[in-house]
Amino acid sequence: MSFLNLKADRSKYPQRDADGKMQIDLDSHKFVKLWQGPNHPGVTGNMSVELTLAGDEIVEAKTHVGYLHRGFEKLIERRLFIQGMQTSIRMCVAEPDSNEYVYCTAIEELSNVEIPEMAKWIRTLILEMARLQSLVRVVPGQAGTFGLGLGVQWGVYMRELILDRFEELTGGRVYHMFMTPGGVRGLLPDGFKTRMEENLKEIESFAHRIDDLIFNNVVFKKRAVDTAVIDPSWIDNYGITGFVARSAGFNRDVRKSFPYLIYDQLDFEPKVMEYSDIYNRAKVRWFDILTTVDLIRQIMRKMPEKGDFKAQTPNVLHWTAPKGETYVRSESSRGEYGMYVVTDGTNKPRRVNLRGVSYTHAICVLEDLLVGVNIADVAAVMVSLQTCPPEIER
Amino acid sequence: MSFKDVLIPFKAWGNFFKEPVTLKNPMREAAPRYRGFHKNNVNECIGCGTCESICENEAIVMIPVDSVETKNGDSGLRPMVDYGRCCWCGLCVDVCTTNSLSLSNEYTWVAEDPEEMKYIPGVDKKPWDENEKGWKKPEGNFSYYPLERPHMQELHPEDRDHSFIEIVKGYSDEEALLEADRCVECGICTATCPAHMGIPEYIKAIRNKDVEEGLRIMYETNPLPEICGRICTHKCETVCSLGHRGEPISIRWLKRYIADQVPTSKYAEVLRQDSVEQNGKKVAIVGAGPAGLSAAYYLRQLGYSVTIFEKLIAAGGMMRYGIPEYRLPYDQIDKDVDYILAQGVDIKYNTEIGKDIAFEKLEQDFNAVYVATGLHSGRSTRVPGSDHAMVFQAIDLLRKITLGEPIEVAEKVVVIGGGNVAMDITRSMARLQKIKYGKVNVIATALESEDKMPADREEIVEAREENAVINPGWGPREIVVENNTVKGLKVVRCLSVFDETGRFNPSFDEADTNFFEADMVVESIGQGADLGFIPASYMEKLEKDPRGRIKVDPHTYQSSLEWLFMGGDIIEGPDVIHGVANGHKAAKGIDLLLNK
Ligand code: SF4
Ligand code: SF4
Ligand code: SF4
Repeated sequence: MSFLNLKADRSKYPQRDADGKMQIDLDSHKFVKLWQGPNHPGVTGNMSVELTLAGDEIVEAKTHVGYLHRGFEKLIERRLFIQGMQTSIRMCVAEPDSNEYVYCTAIEELSNVEIPEMAKWIRTLILEMARLQSLVRVVPGQAGTFGLGLGVQWGVYMRELILDRFEELTGGRVYHMFMTPGGVRGLLPDGFKTRMEENLKEIESFAHRIDDLIFNNVVFKKRAVDTAVIDPSWIDNYGITGFVARSAGFNRDVRKSFPYLIYDQLDFEPKVMEYSDIYNRAKVRWFDILTTVDLIRQIMRKMPEKGDFKAQTPNVLHWTAPKGETYVRSESSRGEYGMYVVTDGTNKPRRVNLRGVSYTHAICVLEDLLVGVNIADVAAVMVSLQTCPPEIER
Repeated sequence: MSFKDVLIPFKAWGNFFKEPVTLKNPMREAAPRYRGFHKNNVNECIGCGTCESICENEAIVMIPVDSVETKNGDSGLRPMVDYGRCCWCGLCVDVCTTNSLSLSNEYTWVAEDPEEMKYIPGVDKKPWDENEKGWKKPEGNFSYYPLERPHMQELHPEDRDHSFIEIVKGYSDEEALLEADRCVECGICTATCPAHMGIPEYIKAIRNKDVEEGLRIMYETNPLPEICGRICTHKCETVCSLGHRGEPISIRWLKRYIADQVPTSKYAEVLRQDSVEQNGKKVAIVGAGPAGLSAAYYLRQLGYSVTIFEKLIAAGGMMRYGIPEYRLPYDQIDKDVDYILAQGVDIKYNTEIGKDIAFEKLEQDFNAVYVATGLHSGRSTRVPGSDHAMVFQAIDLLRKITLGEPIEVAEKVVVIGGGNVAMDITRSMARLQKIKYGKVNVIATALESEDKMPADREEIVEAREENAVINPGWGPREIVVENNTVKGLKVVRCLSVFDETGRFNPSFDEADTNFFEADMVVESIGQGADLGFIPASYMEKLEKDPRGRIKVDPHTYQSSLEWLFMGGDIIEGPDVIHGVANGHKAAKGIDLLLNK
């Protein structure tokens, strides 16, 4: 059905000069400039992509950020160590707990605070719950970008179930603030595990329902398969991590390569696929849902029942950390999420710098990935990278 | 891609028959731990403001509340929360020093006026005040500041019961830092300290490893830091915010730590006090106790020429002649006293007013006179036998011990009294018995039951460690004397010390008696002032209060004779820190009079 192959031959134009640079002459009326964003239903958060189109095909894309900058890093640098956590979480709404983890751990490392075993289990549990609530929303969200909203609605409900558990464990639904430098702020409430197990069952069934609805759907396949393919050679050149790397055959997972908390006591193999198009980038995350469900079960089974959950730290009002620097990494649902913190012996961090996954994936990778993509698929490409503009602009 | 891919998605229709998951009632109750609107138990809250200090959003402001009275241990302020700023992190709850603050699990509140969203939890009544659910400080030993003091090194009882070597060793640098770190800088202590010392400030200086700054801060309000750092009655620690959930900050030991760190030779340089302009006016001070010394120091700062008249051979008053050396070594008294005297204070030892110099002479020769002679005459129980030669006053014995004069040490001793002076003589006797007889046999008995004994808790504990017996709750009836020899003390059970109106009016159970064998009895039930040196002609002119005590202005300590100021234990206390405080105030009062 070659007549259905709408892909044009771009070898002739836009013409390139001797250096290989594209010659785009807007006055030639062969090209159209179009801005997707900063406010656009297909952009998750606020950023924009400046597109140059030939027909409905993108020949050049430039990413623009700066619409969302709230100065979080600077705000943290002006706060006591204990106060930074409440600010750090706001750098990523969809999965704030990675922020809690990297921030608290950085402060603990710099102050030589060892957290109790129990706190490690609860932190791991929280991180996996956060991954799950993020994945159940973004995986069907991939189909949402193609106009299939039903899965998204199911996903939002599934997320609420996990948020219920978050509310009961941490006292907050979206921002949990349950980790604190030194440990966590409590133990699991009575009956938590039973209710969690019910939710996990429901999420498993949901996973199979979206498998039918989305991954075995002719329209989804038609649009997602072979679209925006990431060549394996890009992975190291761009510093691609997480599920995007895994979808391209690279087994990249911080939990495995730099085990933290109690991940070395858990038994899991992150899914790796061979070909990174939109379809597989969604599918690999679909597998992640199942892996995460299993991990939460393992954690709940293996974790101790009782124990100290917070180390005695210095008085939080005067907490000072000796001079030092550290980089703490974790595996978020999007990839390697890290924080670089410098302390100078005072009671505030000298420098806080977040390595948001989207900083690599949604600025440089996206620009190149969009070339050759149909205008209608831009949102899908962004979602396939799980773009999160807030973590680009901190 | 296959034909199946066209059909399978239609399975989603299976959901058509399922219950919708939409919540029917939007007012669903939140989880028991939910972080909703604030609640505060205003009766437990002490207005320390730690919640305000920790809030990263400045959502809390401490404000005065009509229904709450400012008193020792309570600033009278209460937190007001602004929901335009709050992010419901609950940090304020977790750091609250009294556990009074919590969050309810209520999360809906509609108000037309945004100003309403600022309120004082617990004071401005809200529907969720009675809601028991919601976020509370995590259970167990969870705390955002250590609740326990570092252990203070002390001489082991076996090493101290036969000597007068100082017991408490003082904090090391590391321990002092740990202890200073615990302070939440609320200032509740400052308000209660009679001298209003800058406690959180000097504790901060310790954290900043700047003991010299700490010393400067202390000298602003107290020129006797070595002494107070050892034997202050530490009213500040009684009210310290941290005492509500854990152990109060060892404010006294931290003060001692600072003073101990700075050698005498550096004082002048550290305190930078060499350039006071002399104003040519002269002030006489009677008595070189804490009040007199404190007044002298601050008067010198103001440029007055100061002369102290001291009856005994050394300065310090009760601090030297009342407190045993194992609590307050003489060299530490000298360190503080010498620095004060080095400020150019003229001191005349062995000089008794009314005997060596006439009181009238003070009025003539000086622009103002400050009398702070203290309480040095012991009171007697006046029970039968109390006039026997083997019945002594604690205060006389303690003075003789300091002076190095020989005193009677019997094999069996009973001490009557439950205050710190009683403990001092009990423990001194125990030591002297140990040295003389190799064993201890001293019983201290008091009217009050043990929990109401006025002595510091640690004094009782340490006395017992030194093998003294503390047997309180008895009223003395008779010192039994046979053949002119003391045999012991007959006592009856004391049921209560004060009556309903709070007046001293002990009641006894005469049927419940006891007998403490003794060859010697020491009375320590209080001391009185001896103002006999003030001639009657002056006494007549001095205004008195209804209870016959000389009246002074509570701010300047000026009596009804313009030039005569009075302070120290004869006016309030008795303790060192009140003396320091009113000596300082009297110095300002004198300045107010002479510098009009
Ligand atoms: S809950 Fe957090 S933001 Fe709100 S008042 Fe308390 S400390 Fe401040
Ligand atoms: S921290 Fe607690 S005790 Fe202190 S002012 Fe706040 S609510 Fe009151
Ligand atoms: S010593 Fe206690 S009362 Fe004083 S400021 Fe520190 S915490 Fe508050």
